[in-house]
Amino acid sequence: MKTALILFEAGRLVHLSPVDLVIIVFYFALVLTIGLYLKERANTSEDFFLAGREMTAWIAGLSFLSANLGALELMGWAAASYQYGILAVHWYWIGAIPAMLFLGIVMMPFYYISKTHSVPGYLKLRFGESSRTLSAFSFAAMTVLMSGINMYSMALVMKVILGWDIHFSIWVSSITVAIYVALGGLRSAIFNEVLQFILIWAGALLVPILGLIEAGGWTNLKDRVAQNAGPAYMHVWGNLGSFNSNPMGIHWTGIVFGLGAVISFGYWTTDFLVVQRVLAAHNLRAAKMAPIIGAGFKMFVPFIVILPGLLALALLPVKLTGEGAAIASGGHSYNEVLPLMLARYCGPGLLGLGITALIAGFMSGMAGNVSAFATVWTYDIYGALFNKKATDQQYVRMGRWCTILGVLISIGTAYLVMQFLSIMDYVQALFSFFIAPLYGTVLLGMLWKRATAAGGFWGLLAGTLSSVGMWAWVKLDPSALRYVALSSNARDMAENMYRALWSWIVCVIVTVVVSLATRPKPEAELVGLVYGATEIPSEGHLPIYQRPIFWAAIVALVFVILNIIFW
Amino acid sequence: MKPGSSISIWFFIGISLLVNGALICGAGVYELVKPPAYPVVLFRLHASVWWGAILLCAGIVYCYRFAPSRVARRNASPN
Repeated sequence: MKTALILFEAGRLVHLSPVDLVIIVFYFALVLTIGLYLKERANTSEDFFLAGREMTAWIAGLSFLSANLGALELMGWAAASYQYGILAVHWYWIGAIPAMLFLGIVMMPFYYISKTHSVPGYLKLRFGESSRTLSAFSFAAMTVLMSGINMYSMALVMKVILGWDIHFSIWVSSITVAIYVALGGLRSAIFNEVLQFILIWAGALLVPILGLIEAGGWTNLKDRVAQNAGPAYMHVWGNLGSFNSNPMGIHWTGIVFGLGAVISFGYWTTDFLVVQRVLAAHNLRAAKMAPIIGAGFKMFVPFIVILPGLLALALLPVKLTGEGAAIASGGHSYNEVLPLMLARYCGPGLLGLGITALIAGFMSGMAGNVSAFATVWTYDIYGALFNKKATDQQYVRMGRWCTILGVLISIGTAYLVMQFLSIMDYVQALFSFFIAPLYGTVLLGMLWKRATAAGGFWGLLAGTLSSVGMWAWVKLDPSALRYVALSSNARDMAENMYRALWSWIVCVIVTVVVSLATRPKPEAELVGLVYGATEIPSEGHLPIYQRPIFWAAIVALVFVILNIIFW
Repeated sequence: MKPGSSISIWFFIGISLLVNGALICGAGVYELVKPPAYPVVLFRLHASVWWGAILLCAGIVYCYRFAPSRVARRNASPN
């Protein structure tokens, strides 16, 4: 214990008591126990990479959401709500719910019926080997880069909050994730993600409850935020009519078309990190229900993420600033909103649970990245390019090694980021490079029989290159922002939204044009892959409350009501 | 999960809630008896006590409901 305590330095934001440390150590012990217990059930490739395809809708749905609910997601959006007000909720509502419902109702049948192991695997079936290879390499690169950047950021947070040594945080968390995923495969990752989901809620829910009590209720909170920051901070849609009338400098078209129609659909429907969890469902109905269950919970995540940021705006006696200003003045930055609020209300024990929630969020995000990387590398790179005749046991062995390799590369990336901090600025751009064009390719592949292999490949390539090109253009000539983001006032987030939108449009146009100029596949080869050529099992015999479409309609209705209430 | 073949994930979650709930509730009761020199905001509500108790109760329910022996019996039952 003494050795461990030496690693905790002075100058921390909060102080942990022995009971807090016991809670954190117990959490690490439990996730490793789960990994060890599930080792015996990861003997075949189907077990290791798809959890035997035996997860219920609830487990797949919670895991689907938890893989996205990383610590940076929690802390980053709490910080964003302090900075931009309630506008940040768009990333949880229009930036998630429609896409998740679309995945469940429209796209899941094709992923599930085609029996693919991965999203690049679907592209192989639909468009051929070249599209799969392009997508697999870009996904693998993006995944380990994101994982490393998240790892570094989390270690930095632990240093700021708890005074933990940065190398200690990186290595302990990474080795834990590597052990439990390498042992139990996707099943272990999913089990731990469900546990982490519960811990995140248990650890973070008290902050908004106590915060609302302290603020004197929602109406008083709104008044205080309006007084401290301005009335625009409490409207979701009301101030999006022009670029200058809201704290984010974004127009409603950017939110609706860039975020709502492209970035969110791209992420939730084609990012294998989340889709893999749903592919593990035990039947098609469960696979359709899982994203709908995830959407139901996603709508309420702002309660533990966005609300603490708003409460901080209303209640904290100090003004939070950007990272640079905070370092210069010795004050606190936006990124410390959630820990500051935890420290405000949580005594011994509760603080340990809150910190465990942050660590759990980090580990669930990392496990998601690593398990998705291992699957794509093993099936779509190793199996497709290096060993086409690999046996099932070779796949499992490669999956275990890839898990460890993925963690090691992520650690390497984390240290690279430590040396070149400017890499952090480029994180958000990665999604618009790879995910937005991929969504165009997958969408056309699923819904348009006429799309051809050449169309799919060239559309994906053109979309990716155009996105990278626009990003480089603005870097070299900042005045180009007025063309890419339609306004020279646009902030980084707005620029990402519009760049994603343009790259998706480029991908769709190129795919359509090239497809019309090339010979399509015979319809017989599109069975199970494309709308109109695939027989989707009917759910007409089920009672209405068991039909996914019924629950999707309920979630959609609540989504509309929430947007109207907070307009 | 396959019937009768493993410990349910909900049992692991029950253990986690039970242990965390007991620790948090215990720490809250200790603070009730011996108040800290620098209490947190809204200390008078004793959130640790009731939040810990809620987690503890939820943990007990989950551990009981998804205990491996009960799950195995339920899966073995012809109905």
